Amino acid sequence: MNDSATEFHDVSLRRGDVVALENVSLKLKLGQTTAILGESGSGKSTLVQLIIGLLRPDSGTVKTLGADIDYDKPRPLRKRIGYAIQDVALFPHLRIRDNIVLPGRLSGWSEPDCTSRLKELLDLMQLPEDVLDRYPHELSGGQQQRAGLCRAMMLHPELLLLDEPFSGLDTLTRRSIHEQFLSLQEREAVSCVLVTHDPQEAINLAQDIVVMKNGRLQQHGTVDEVMNRPANSYVGHLCTGLSGKLG
Amino acid sequence: MNKRFMTAFSLLLAVSAAHSQAVVVGSKMFPESYILAEISAQLLEDRGFEVRRRLGMGGTKICYEALLTGAIDFYPEYTGTINEVMLAQSGNRSLANIRAALAEQGLSLLPPMGFNNTYAIAVPSHISRSAGLLKISDLRGHDDLRMAFPHEFLNRQDGWPGLKVMYGLTQDVDGIDHGLAYQAIEDGQLDVIAAYSTDGELTRYDLVLLEDDLEYFPKYFAAYLTHDRLPAEVLEVLESMSGRIDDARMQQLNRLAMEPGISIPKVAADFLRDAGLVSASDARSTVLPQLWRNTRRHLKLTATALSLAILVGVGIALIVHRRRRLANAFLYFASLLQTIPSIALLALLIPFMGIGQKPAILALFLYSLLPIARSTITALHTIPPGYRQVAAAMAMSHLQEFRYLLLPLAMPHVIAGIRTAAVISIGTATLAAFIGAGGLGDPIVTGLALNDSSLILQGAIPAAMLAILTELFFSGVERALVVPHMRSNNPKI
Repeated sequence: MNDSATEFHDVSLRRGDVVALENVSLKLKLGQTTAILGESGSGKSTLVQLIIGLLRPDSGTVKTLGADIDYDKPRPLRKRIGYAIQDVALFPHLRIRDNIVLPGRLSGWSEPDCTSRLKELLDLMQLPEDVLDRYPHELSGGQQQRAGLCRAMMLHPELLLLDEPFSGLDTLTRRSIHEQFLSLQEREAVSCVLVTHDPQEAINLAQDIVVMKNGRLQQHGTVDEVMNRPANSYVGHLCTGLSGKLG
Repeated sequence: MNKRFMTAFSLLLAVSAAHSQAVVVGSKMFPESYILAEISAQLLEDRGFEVRRRLGMGGTKICYEALLTGAIDFYPEYTGTINEVMLAQSGNRSLANIRAALAEQGLSLLPPMGFNNTYAIAVPSHISRSAGLLKISDLRGHDDLRMAFPHEFLNRQDGWPGLKVMYGLTQDVDGIDHGLAYQAIEDGQLDVIAAYSTDGELTRYDLVLLEDDLEYFPKYFAAYLTHDRLPAEVLEVLESMSGRIDDARMQQLNRLAMEPGISIPKVAADFLRDAGLVSASDARSTVLPQLWRNTRRHLKLTATALSLAILVGVGIALIVHRRRRLANAFLYFASLLQTIPSIALLALLIPFMGIGQKPAILALFLYSLLPIARSTITALHTIPPGYRQVAAAMAMSHLQEFRYLLLPLAMPHVIAGIRTAAVISIGTATLAAFIGAGGLGDPIVTGLALNDSSLILQGAIPAAMLAILTELFFSGVERALVVPHMRSNNPKI
């Protein structure tokens, strides 16, 4: 029986001359949120792109949702996964409504099905209906990222991959999105991999934390383990001065 | 959005006019050739035939080539020219002889119209009377006459050197430009000049031609030269022109065509009416239908070339844009094509494709390719990679990625490229008239040859209007296909 969201076996990947990931082995659990924590260049975004098969490892294997990734036919797997990234999450030429329901339309959903799912997601993310007819550039940063999350959730994914989706927001907005994210995750029972450079965000939203540095795995454990029993001085330094979960 | 795109695209294609069977008449680039072609065109139209005019096509070689390939059905030619240029013979040959030689090439020469347009010696009528000059041999002994001939005539073996020997003439002769000679004789500075026997200036300056009593000059009888697939009914109409125009009449027609404000179609219409070949009530203006025909042809040339360039340019861009080197190599190649002057490109295509619409469309296509392909490649290169990552993560197929992401994001640039190409094409297409492709270049080329600015404007104004309308059309296309904040005047992506 499959109990892992994704499994890496001794995965290495170079991008040009740079070692993006080196001998990483890990197993992320289903039914919870795992934060991938690290500075820029630590390999955390690479890791997420490996999970969904956007990148292929030079050596080692990646198993996602219980099976080795079929790199020739990655689409069936990708339909089971939601993906949202920072900045360019939404397509600029589509209204918010069309952006969010696009995955539904691509999968051949009927319009009523698309609309009812859209309503559900708007409620969860507390997006007002009047944003639906606007274009992405007409929304605030927080609204854009909520809409990006809605789109990632459109197809009821089993796994949600979020690459720094909450960065670049002011503290208040970030806090309210965090709350909505937590309630969303609870309601939809979706497993989640969250990439962040912010230890506090990792602690607030995740159950497990993976700490990366220069393409190498530093520590993988529960929030408690990482905070209280850092595997090395880098992890320890990262978690200095942070408190437990907020709210 | 896709549906709207298809509508706009098919609209563009629909502009290409339907093909229909019409008689195509050609002419060379000097007034007499225009007049004779226009007379035949109006005569045929009066008899109910649809006629297309390909007037003012380069020179003899181009007309001849056009006739052989069937790009035109007939044009006015001269027996002397046929002999020299096409059959590479010198000296006079009988009509039957020439016809037999032409028949081997699938061409036939209709009965001559009557006049003989050859080199001739002209003197003012008062000198002719006072000195008793009627024939060239009368010049003998008149060493006091001031004579000047064009430089070419002075040096050609079949010009002055031979003439001098045959007639035993002893005068000193100066060289002079053909156009200036008439002015010099008007001012009383010259007594004898060389002319073409149907020059309109002869009647204008009251000159008489001296009879070539020893038959020195080759004969240049004008007649319609056709290919032998022309239907009998058409031939019958053209043959009715046989013997209708003598030297004096042709001089008069050439002179009328030089008058400011008298167009060649009018000269032709007046001639046909006076000669009783066309009834008076049929005299109607041909300007508007002609303008409409030219405009339609112009649109057909540019729209066909542009549609092909869009298909190929966007297609190639989609194929090569992922590989920088290939994309650059293609762009260099297209830039190279762009640097060939358009008139040279048209000329270069003649050996491969002959003349007419096909080489013109190919040339316009090649010119349109670069702006369209470059803007498309640039557009695809500037799409942020993040969007494509999201599209891939969304499990989009290649087709879906193209339709939902690449096409709409690239659209503003692509439309801008097509717009540039369209306006360039409309300008360049006016040059296509030189190789007989027709269009709005026809009146421009004719007007340039005849120094008739009203004719030039009949091509230039509609061409300019067409360029403006094209601009407006593509703004409309952009409004239909691109969301407001991504249009070219508001590039906020």
